[in-house]
Amino acid sequence: MKRLSKDRLWAIAVLTPSILLIGIFVYYFIGRTVYVSLTDWGNDPAQALALNPIIRWVGLQNYSELFTGFLQGRFRQELVNTLFFTLFFILGCLGVGLGLALILDRNPRGEGLWRTIFLFPMSLSFIVTGTIWRWMLQPQGGVNQAPTLLGGQPSTFGWLSSNDSALKFDWNNLPLITAAVVGAVLIVVAVRAAREGQRTRTLVAAACAALLIGWAIFVGPNVKLLAAPELHGFNFAMIGIIIAAVWQMSGYTMALYLAGLRGIPEELREAAKVDGARDAQMYRFVIFPLLSPITLSAMIILGHISLKIFDLVYAMAGPDNVAASVPALNMYLTSFRQNQFALGAAIGTILLILVAFVIVPYLANQFKGEEGHA
Amino acid sequence: MTAVPQPTVSATQARRAGGLGRAVTYLLLVVAALFFLIPIYLVFATALKTPDAIALPTAWHWPAQLNWASFSEAWDKVGGNMLNSLFLAVTATLLSALLGSLNGYALSKWRFRGANTLFALMLFGMFIPYQAVLIPLFQFIKGLGLYGSIWGLILAHVVYGIPITTLIFRNFYADVPDALVEAATIDGAGFWEIYARVIFPISIPGFVVVIIWQFTQVWNEFLFAATLTNTGSQPVTYALSQLAGGQAVSWNLPMAGAILAALPTLLVYIVLGRYFVRGLLAGSVKG
Repeated sequence: MKRLSKDRLWAIAVLTPSILLIGIFVYYFIGRTVYVSLTDWGNDPAQALALNPIIRWVGLQNYSELFTGFLQGRFRQELVNTLFFTLFFILGCLGVGLGLALILDRNPRGEGLWRTIFLFPMSLSFIVTGTIWRWMLQPQGGVNQAPTLLGGQPSTFGWLSSNDSALKFDWNNLPLITAAVVGAVLIVVAVRAAREGQRTRTLVAAACAALLIGWAIFVGPNVKLLAAPELHGFNFAMIGIIIAAVWQMSGYTMALYLAGLRGIPEELREAAKVDGARDAQMYRFVIFPLLSPITLSAMIILGHISLKIFDLVYAMAGPDNVAASVPALNMYLTSFRQNQFALGAAIGTILLILVAFVIVPYLANQFKGEEGHA
Repeated sequence: MTAVPQPTVSATQARRAGGLGRAVTYLLLVVAALFFLIPIYLVFATALKTPDAIALPTAWHWPAQLNWASFSEAWDKVGGNMLNSLFLAVTATLLSALLGSLNGYALSKWRFRGANTLFALMLFGMFIPYQAVLIPLFQFIKGLGLYGSIWGLILAHVVYGIPITTLIFRNFYADVPDALVEAATIDGAGFWEIYARVIFPISIPGFVVVIIWQFTQVWNEFLFAATLTNTGSQPVTYALSQLAGGQAVSWNLPMAGAILAALPTLLVYIVLGRYFVRGLLAGSVKG
């Protein structure tokens, strides 16, 4: 280990305030939130804003209320909304962004201008974007009137107000579905491990899969989270919000992909051409594989943005539109409109767990191996 | 590590498509540009109409006579909030840029054991959903007596800006040759002297990227704005959401308000777009 010189001590001294601030504002506050989520602070309205509220420890009661309580159906729909939103938002941004980048990579005239046009929504706030799109998606408004410009009939699609949904499932089957999905994943892991000849991993994965699937077959069907079936699915009211979000963020994936495409050495393309590859083959076998790390990066960044998105939803659908709401919005309303701090903290904690699933492996991966030469 | 270079107009001129491919390229570009620009047309068309000329079936029509009064009316409603936002964004941006520069310098030029782990722990703060810290943050700011004051909001933005500004400066200083620092050390310069004489003077491009990025982020932020401020100190994002959220709104006002609220960051982007993109890429690429 290097001797700590005076200058290194200065470096540590300079970092100390930031470390303390991050320690308090990130880690201590997260700890506080988790603690609050395990209490009943605000469940009794009279105590919520009292100077010295009586706060009792209630364990996981708030969480079980959110997932199984009769009154918290809104939260469950929001959880489903946020997962569908994340899925379609990421697919939309990756598709539009890659398409635009591929077109711009052909060096059309005025490339700078096109790029400026595709990227400008990135500089707007979600509130501005939401305000604009809310107007365009009025029931008899902009987008629905667009067919009349071509002499057609106005559309009647309820962009932000629809109550229809697709891909519905019964919340009661959630443990069953989860067990089946995780079991299937474990089977894939086991098969892979077997192919690579890793016996221990094969056995462990196979045993876990068998256990889960056995549970799903014999016990799962009898588990009831709720007294009555409760259907949740992909609400069509979310479609407009997804379009607006893609409008705002696809320029970002375009910038990433364009940077990646410009980083591919010309010789590689030449070599592929010399080997007789047609354009399509060159993209399939040379260019897309080289872009896959960028796709992963973009998925992680977009994923964490979409899990916590809330201002766009607030501006487009309003705070009380249950069909088009997300947990991040619910947390704000529950905590700061209804003063139900413990319940809000529980929602915040669930959001953190969702985001951590995406971010922690990414950060760990980014900094693994670097530590050695420090 | 995924090192992504900047987009440059490089030796790719040879790849200009010809003939039919070229026509398709431009057709696709125009269609895409329409998708991105049509909302802007509708915003201006609506903002420039008189309230009684706004009807859903004629949303697409350009106004027969232009009504610029919407803008002054919208300014009356959100102008004060625009000034709040301006003070907030400028102060928070400068403070967090300075902190980030010092942190980045300490982390990249005076590496010590555990620096990377420390940095990864710091960076996590950039990704957390702020909902997970909002209640304690609210209590803390209230406890300091800063609730409802713009300074509480500044504090929050400076603290939660530390990860990204440190990241951008750390990557920026990583490209400054260590030999420069070593030479200065041999000449007897210490930590602060090297920062003041060697590092700071060459940091201008780094500062430009960080300042643009932070200014845009702080200006556009909504959650802290809605939680930590009250009437009088609210930034423009919150004011705009109130302007547009009410029942029976005449839509020329929120549209004009949206244009006003978008103008500062849009101008920054149009004038300094290159640096904006650099900040964008820095936010996703570590190294």
